[in-house]
Amino acid sequence: MSTATDQPTPESGGLAPDTVVVPTKRSGSRKLPIILGVLAVGLAIVLLTAGRSGDTTFRLATDTDFAGLPDIVVPSAATAWLMIVVCLALTAEAVRRMLAHVAQPMWIPVGFAAAWMVGFLSWAAADGRILVVSLLGGAIALAVPLVFGALGGVLGERAGVVNIAIDGQLLLGAFAAAITASLTGSPWAGLVAAGLAGALVALVLGLFAITYFVDQVIVGVVLNVLVVGLTNFMFRQVLTPNAASLNSPDRFPRVPIPVLGEIPLVGPIFFRQTAVVYVLYVIVALVAWALYRTRWGLRVRAVGEHPKAADTVGIKVNRTRYRTILLAGAIAGLGGAYFSLVSVAGFNREMTGGAGYIALAAVIFGKWDPIRATLAALLFGFASNLQGVLSVLGSPVPSQFMLMLPYVITIFAVAGLVGRSRPPAADGVPYKQQ
Amino acid sequence: MRLVLRGITKRFGSVVANDSISLTVEPGEIHCLLGENGAGKSTLMNVLYGLYKADEGEIELDGVVQHFSGPGDAMAAGIGMVHQHFMLIPVFTVAENVMLGNESTGFAGSLDVQAARARVTEISDRFGFHVKPDAVVEDLPVGVQQRVEIIKALSRDAELLVFDEPTAVLTPQETDELMDIMRQLREAGKAIVFITHKLREVREVADRITVVRHGRIVGEADPKASNAELASMMVGRPVELVVHKEEPTLGADALVVKDLRVVDAAGVTQVDGISFTIRAGEVLAVAGVQGNGQTELTEALLGLQDDVSGSIVLDGVELVGRSTRRILDSGVGFIPEDRQVDGLVPNFTIAENLMLNRSFKSPFVRNGSLRIGALREFAQKKLQEYDVRARDIDSLAGNLSGGNQQKVVVARELSRDLRLLVAAQPTRGVDVGSIEFIHKQIVATRDSGIPVLVVSTELDEVVALADRIMVLYRGQVVGIVPADTPRETLGLMMTGERPDDVKDVVA
Repeated sequence: MSTATDQPTPESGGLAPDTVVVPTKRSGSRKLPIILGVLAVGLAIVLLTAGRSGDTTFRLATDTDFAGLPDIVVPSAATAWLMIVVCLALTAEAVRRMLAHVAQPMWIPVGFAAAWMVGFLSWAAADGRILVVSLLGGAIALAVPLVFGALGGVLGERAGVVNIAIDGQLLLGAFAAAITASLTGSPWAGLVAAGLAGALVALVLGLFAITYFVDQVIVGVVLNVLVVGLTNFMFRQVLTPNAASLNSPDRFPRVPIPVLGEIPLVGPIFFRQTAVVYVLYVIVALVAWALYRTRWGLRVRAVGEHPKAADTVGIKVNRTRYRTILLAGAIAGLGGAYFSLVSVAGFNREMTGGAGYIALAAVIFGKWDPIRATLAALLFGFASNLQGVLSVLGSPVPSQFMLMLPYVITIFAVAGLVGRSRPPAADGVPYKQQ
Repeated sequence: MRLVLRGITKRFGSVVANDSISLTVEPGEIHCLLGENGAGKSTLMNVLYGLYKADEGEIELDGVVQHFSGPGDAMAAGIGMVHQHFMLIPVFTVAENVMLGNESTGFAGSLDVQAARARVTEISDRFGFHVKPDAVVEDLPVGVQQRVEIIKALSRDAELLVFDEPTAVLTPQETDELMDIMRQLREAGKAIVFITHKLREVREVADRITVVRHGRIVGEADPKASNAELASMMVGRPVELVVHKEEPTLGADALVVKDLRVVDAAGVTQVDGISFTIRAGEVLAVAGVQGNGQTELTEALLGLQDDVSGSIVLDGVELVGRSTRRILDSGVGFIPEDRQVDGLVPNFTIAENLMLNRSFKSPFVRNGSLRIGALREFAQKKLQEYDVRARDIDSLAGNLSGGNQQKVVVARELSRDLRLLVAAQPTRGVDVGSIEFIHKQIVATRDSGIPVLVVSTELDEVVALADRIMVLYRGQVVGIVPADTPRETLGLMMTGERPDDVKDVVA
């Protein structure tokens, strides 16, 4: 506009843009081969410095399978070394792909992890027996509340509300479940109450975070502390004096599913669980489907990515966020019931043991995706269970060391070692309408 | 659809953004709302679109008074809006963006993606948009993203389309394409409101022009009116559209850049072997479509890029490998392309912003503590000198208009002893009055014997300021040509082609 000359710009050749600069990206990550190499060499060093002899027994079957699987007995040292060779081969493949600038497929880290774990176990359990079913089944048992919590986290963050209050939702859920189930005599009523309690915590979170624009991380942390204080107080003042009437719920019984539960290996791990776990299976599937395949899910994701854009197409941003965060809180709350109605019968102080924070880690490790977050929670559950199994076996690895594992994995994940993690663009940003 | 606005008034606190605006838009016409940044055009359209609630006045569509409580209502009534900042969700596909808020669903609320895809393809084919329904929006060029916005409006059967500053982000080619699209939509009987401050575009497509100034309508203009007439209506006083400058008084070679290569964080080579020289007292203007290496070039000059090879020699001193602070200290002034991000701290006062590039030494700092008095005196002086319209020097920079913010940046950069000025997009989003002022400052800098590098995606600005023009395409120099090179040739060079009769000039 700063010139008087007013000639038209040259004719353009059609509408297809041909002036776009397309960046060429480097593919083939350097991180993966480095991590794999370090892990493989690390295991080899452990074997060299603390070698163990004898045989390791992997027991796959339980007594009620319809077809028995034999125990697998392997020589400890030889198996461990064989697995190291497998690990090194996979590392070499990762290096080859890195040099050729080819993408790293999923089977490399997955195969590596499996081989590494078999090698590690056959070393750690030399002259002992690994009950594979209880190792994996126990992992699921420990992972259940984490999965509930992680789903609650994924849903909230996908809608743009950081749900730090997962731990509070789990804890209040456990508390409400114990009381309600004790009073009514029905664990199912307890489960419903747990969901409502989780939603209540979410409602408070929403009120501050969505309506009053308070920093969501701060509100979430404060809520967690508040719930700890509240339940501790109630536990001492109300539950302990009236333990018989208020804190002695019936537990959910184990309900094996006919046929499915009798499949060797798979059955006892997945289908000889309590009803709460089956409810979880359904919820995971529902959330994963609904988030990507339904109108509801599309709108939730839109609100978490670009709320203003959602607003301009007539979506009520804050109403959508409230609904989603309430649902997220309810799901996390259900996980609370697992503590007080499945793991043990009854509520105890701070009985979640910070599971909500590990669930939060699973959300990030799972890249804000319900299925990946579920898998991440299962991995964390496995790490926790492994620690228990190893200490029973009397393995040379200190159990505290294993307990660190979920957190170490999380730090690596958050640092971006497991591919780029991109949260929803408007995650944690309140939406103000003009 | 016929739109009638009657006496729309919208206040923000004590500021009246729209003062009793009345307007009629007929179907099958392109009605242009012409006005400077901050004149209240966008506010008016946000009222129309239900994003703001008007304090007074009414909206009438085909004779029926409307009461919009949100954009949903406006859309249902047949109003579509192409926003200046696209209202698209970057990680969604085109189809997902188009159906959002208007989804056709099957069992249990499951999305009918097939239907959405078909709708996108149908509209895209009808208007020749070449948009693929399954492309992810963030991977698309800006011009195509804009077409997605248009498809979004059309898929909701919009009869009135509002384009809010649609060309601000487009290349000259894309702008031409958009003009064609607008004409097509007009032929299809849609009513179109075109909001802009660019005179050339107005004259090219408008059937009627309404000029807005300071929240009021100042009158209708004839589409055949000259640029000067339109500009003076828009600004409220006669405006000089030509930058007056004398022949340059050239000195010695001051900035010598050789084989400059910049690789960005993603590993993409953004500047690919550029060499040029600027003499003292000369303006070299860089032309090119946005994203062809201009940003990386200017940032490399300032030491803001990590992976730089080649050499940048200013007055005999090598700058490559030096820290940004040392480069600033050696006399490089920098007007960054995005003042909101790189030019100012919005939550700092004007005075504080004026000392940012000298935050660690005299005259504003002594023995590690601020000399508030000296700073205030300096700020007061600059406020007047650079005609920054603000309450006082303690106003927050973030509360100023775009033009005044930019004047603060210019004042800061020009109030040191410079040996080189790098000005990237110096007048983007700035009102006409401020553009005049900033251009004069740049020319004055050049006349004082300082070499100046101007980067602009506005060809008008390049031509107005340049002594020589360097055209960039995909990180390479297409040519360095005289300032009087015809626009057609420059436009062609911006697409990477180089006509045979073009000759490089050496200053």
